[in-house]
Amino acid sequence: MFLPHTDADREAMLRTIGVDSLEDLFCDLPDVNLFPEINLPPGMTEIEVLEEIQHIADANETTGELISFLGAGVYNHYTPAVVDSILRRGEFYTAYTPYQPEISQGTLQAIFEYQSMIVALTGMDASNASHYDGATAVAEAVNMAYHNFRGKRSKVILSPGLHPHYRETVHTYVVDSDIQLEGEDTPFDAGPEALIPLIDENTALVSVAYPDFFGRVFDYTKLVEAAHEAKALVAIHVNPLALGLLTPPGEFGADIVTGEGQSLGIPMAFGGPYLGIFATKDKYVRKMAGRIVGETQDTRGQRGFVLTLSTREQHIRRERATSNICTNQGLLALAAAVYLSLLGKNGLRQLAELNYHKAHYAAQQIASIDGFELANSETFFNEFTIRCPKSAAELNEALLHYDVLGGYDLGKSYKGLDDHLLIAVTEMISKEEIDHFVNALKEVSNA
Amino acid sequence: MPDLSTSLKVEPTVFDISSPGRQGHYFPKSDVPQTNLPKGFVREDLPLPEIAEVDVVRHFTRLSQLNHGVDTGFYPLGSCTMKYNPKINEETARLAGFAKLHPLQPTETVQGAIGLMYELQEWLKEISGFTGLSLQPAAGAHGELTGVLIMRAYHKARGDEKRVKMLIPDSAHGTNPASSAMSGLKIVEIPSDSRGNIDMDALCAECDDTLAGIMITNPNTLGLFDENFKEVCDCVHEAGGLIYGDGANFNAIMGISRPADIGVDVLHFNLHKTFSTPHGGGGPGSGPVGVTEELAPFLPGPIAAVLDEGNAEEPPLFGLINPEKSIGRVKAFHGHFGVLVRAYTYMMMLGGEGLKAASEHAVLNANYIQARLRDTFTIPHDRICMHEFVLEGHWDDALDIHALDISKRLMDFGIHPPTNYFPLIVPEALMIEPTETESKETLDVFADTMIKIAEEAHTNPELLQTAPHNTPFGRLDEVKAARELVLCCWFPEDKEE
Amino acid sequence: MNFPKELKYTENDEWVRVEGDEGTVGITDYAQDQLSDIVFVEFLVDVGETFDKGDTFATVESVKAAADVYMPVSGEVVAINEDLPDAPEQVNSDPYGEAWMIKIKVSDASELSDLLDAAGIENLERDH
Repeated sequence: MFLPHTDADREAMLRTIGVDSLEDLFCDLPDVNLFPEINLPPGMTEIEVLEEIQHIADANETTGELISFLGAGVYNHYTPAVVDSILRRGEFYTAYTPYQPEISQGTLQAIFEYQSMIVALTGMDASNASHYDGATAVAEAVNMAYHNFRGKRSKVILSPGLHPHYRETVHTYVVDSDIQLEGEDTPFDAGPEALIPLIDENTALVSVAYPDFFGRVFDYTKLVEAAHEAKALVAIHVNPLALGLLTPPGEFGADIVTGEGQSLGIPMAFGGPYLGIFATKDKYVRKMAGRIVGETQDTRGQRGFVLTLSTREQHIRRERATSNICTNQGLLALAAAVYLSLLGKNGLRQLAELNYHKAHYAAQQIASIDGFELANSETFFNEFTIRCPKSAAELNEALLHYDVLGGYDLGKSYKGLDDHLLIAVTEMISKEEIDHFVNALKEVSNA
Repeated sequence: MPDLSTSLKVEPTVFDISSPGRQGHYFPKSDVPQTNLPKGFVREDLPLPEIAEVDVVRHFTRLSQLNHGVDTGFYPLGSCTMKYNPKINEETARLAGFAKLHPLQPTETVQGAIGLMYELQEWLKEISGFTGLSLQPAAGAHGELTGVLIMRAYHKARGDEKRVKMLIPDSAHGTNPASSAMSGLKIVEIPSDSRGNIDMDALCAECDDTLAGIMITNPNTLGLFDENFKEVCDCVHEAGGLIYGDGANFNAIMGISRPADIGVDVLHFNLHKTFSTPHGGGGPGSGPVGVTEELAPFLPGPIAAVLDEGNAEEPPLFGLINPEKSIGRVKAFHGHFGVLVRAYTYMMMLGGEGLKAASEHAVLNANYIQARLRDTFTIPHDRICMHEFVLEGHWDDALDIHALDISKRLMDFGIHPPTNYFPLIVPEALMIEPTETESKETLDVFADTMIKIAEEAHTNPELLQTAPHNTPFGRLDEVKAARELVLCCWFPEDKEE
Repeated sequence: MNFPKELKYTENDEWVRVEGDEGTVGITDYAQDQLSDIVFVEFLVDVGETFDKGDTFATVESVKAAADVYMPVSGEVVAINEDLPDAPEQVNSDPYGEAWMIKIKVSDASELSDLLDAAGIENLERDH
């Protein structure tokens, strides 16, 4: 399959090489189970494969069939048709990393535009071309802060309001370093001020989220001031869609902004691929890992773009590089660039407001049911936490019978929150569906 | 604003074509009562571009036309396996039954998706000989980091804390030492011998009780299968070290040799190379990690598993589990699922025999080009190569010509250059990997072009030094980019000033 | 390649101009030529800090390579050329003048005798 060779081609080629058979080309391999029998299903044609895989896809119940209030870092948004139609252009998706700028200006300019729009959205000075996802972006922020102080500061403070998966990822990344992680066990309902007493002269980074995992929107100005007083850096993790409405984290004085870009037109696709956003201040640009595109000129005087600052990277610095990152999420950065260009200034604001209003309507309706209560008094965007009269797991199971995906059971990630549901509402959910959810909650909580 | 009048090839940026009041996509009016916007948290301005839908489409379409991709022409970029990306992959990955799944849905609603992950795990294990496998890592370098963390965790779990030395051949990709350094290991570089194999004396001298392991790419980055491989494995294993296999070059050995059978303990796959998922202009990739039985408990979770075998009436029940001594997550959720669907589709199309044929023809194609260019270029390690080979892009009687000039001249003929200046141990290296999906005619055009360029190098060197000529852009000034560091377009308000 | 006679050199292509117990340090004409267009200079030390011979005190980058610059002898850093990061091209144009990097107070004068003279470094680079 996918081989253009005819028998005559093969024979002619073997003759040119000077061997008799394909097997002869493998003469250097150790004679241990050479040419093993591979126990895979026999190859199939496109028709057969599509039928088979459609069958597998049909075994899933999708957010198209179920009414989904699941968020927890991944959100059910609409992807405009334009985004996928651009992503499907072979010139974009079958190209490699743009090492040869003369024939890669499409990818390079698209990434440059992506970087620019991330800067506009976050209020920072510079963005890289992306990391793998929100979790690895946060881990790279930890890595960057540690190297910024040349290893002389080893404490990193993680807010309990950072996504549990992101915190787990950071733990995995730093296990063999002398970095100590603190702050995760501060009471989650205490707010960002509770992290201030932990900041000291050994602190490299304070990492928080905006909105945080519980949906809360905090003003981080005081926390940033306290951190900067101790000369520590602050990284704020964002949902970029929320920045269509909310004050950009640059205004709080953040040194690093990380983000999960999935909400910018990228399908949920059962967990990925997504888009790790990473932006920083001018003075830290050279400490930032990952690919960066810069503007320049070609020999004909035309404005063009190249990968720049590559001496920070592994292919030049090898073991002295601060990160091993090589591939980024180029195609997803393109998706975000198309999405943001299309919605633009007014579209993104409209969408953010739509999410805000729907979530607030849902929160009010749910909080008015007997026994249910909004757990966060703080500002929230499109996601909020509800204290329930029953265990969240029990409620979710019952809600499935109403074709509702109820929300994230916070007990899975936080001790003592077994009766807390994290509920997200996006533009994909209508008022009727919210009302259906509220009625279902009434019924299942009384049952 | 830059002067765009000089050329039609320069596409203005999205900020350049923005006009206040335009919008490319609209949302329905809110059907719920309005809530007051959050006091003190509403941003004042949002400096994003404002463009109509048609102009967004034209802008990005025109940008795409400035790119070379596998779909537009030959792409023999060494070590990157730029094979054809089947269109069917793009269809299956976009099926609503996959694209519209939330990663945290109850497992009973996503049995198809977890089942697909399980089967892909089994297939990758079958073709590599490993016992355990995690699909979580997001890319090759991410898989390397995962593998190295697994090796360290394994040694530590045995109470063997002093194993902090990682051996890395001098031909290795830069991610190998960088990944090892990220996990706190001390790197010792091992030279290559005159046949391009690992130097055994240098290797054995480093095999002591501080050895964590060795990271080997085999076939190596010279495109050669290391003839000492078995001895290398024995030497490292005897010292208590582990063998890390960089699967970047797995496309040479599918169905021919299984890494686990010949001594590798842990290996990452590059689904975006070997298993035909697109490179996307630099991602997304996917870097699953396979390991032997003793390392399996350390894999990152979650991993797809059969929780209940099922029976004649009931299908098996799949679930996600965490291995008992797991190093922990290396990213959020369960890996690049959309990429996994593409790789799964590809493996299903080819089957076991098809994968073997893919590797055989990848090696055939590389050897054919090597044979055709042998008389024109210096090939530093002239043996049967695997799926790629390295030649020297210079001649003693044309000293002003460098590998880069050859590369840039190739663009004039619609061919993407090979990998330049890598591996570092070959002067003026050009690393050529044709892949199996290219026809003899394409290979012949490439070989003929290379021979023609070699002639030009001697008769008209300036033609190479000033190349490319037929591309939309000439050589770009990297020094200017690095010194002036413009990383972001102007915002609309800047233009008004 | 230009190697001024009055300077001392390391095998790693740093130069030192010794005046009393103070030494001014930079990289050689040969080193800048090998690196080609320098785009970035970063100092990894502060005035007042003391380092051993061989410790890294700066990084110099072109678009293709990054090189560490090492202390030629042990000593305390007494001055840093703060203008250099804003004009890294001076390393190419004037490696022995404008592009000096740091001044150090030499702590062990005997280490100076281990350094090469102009003839010594010239021979070394000719063999490369």
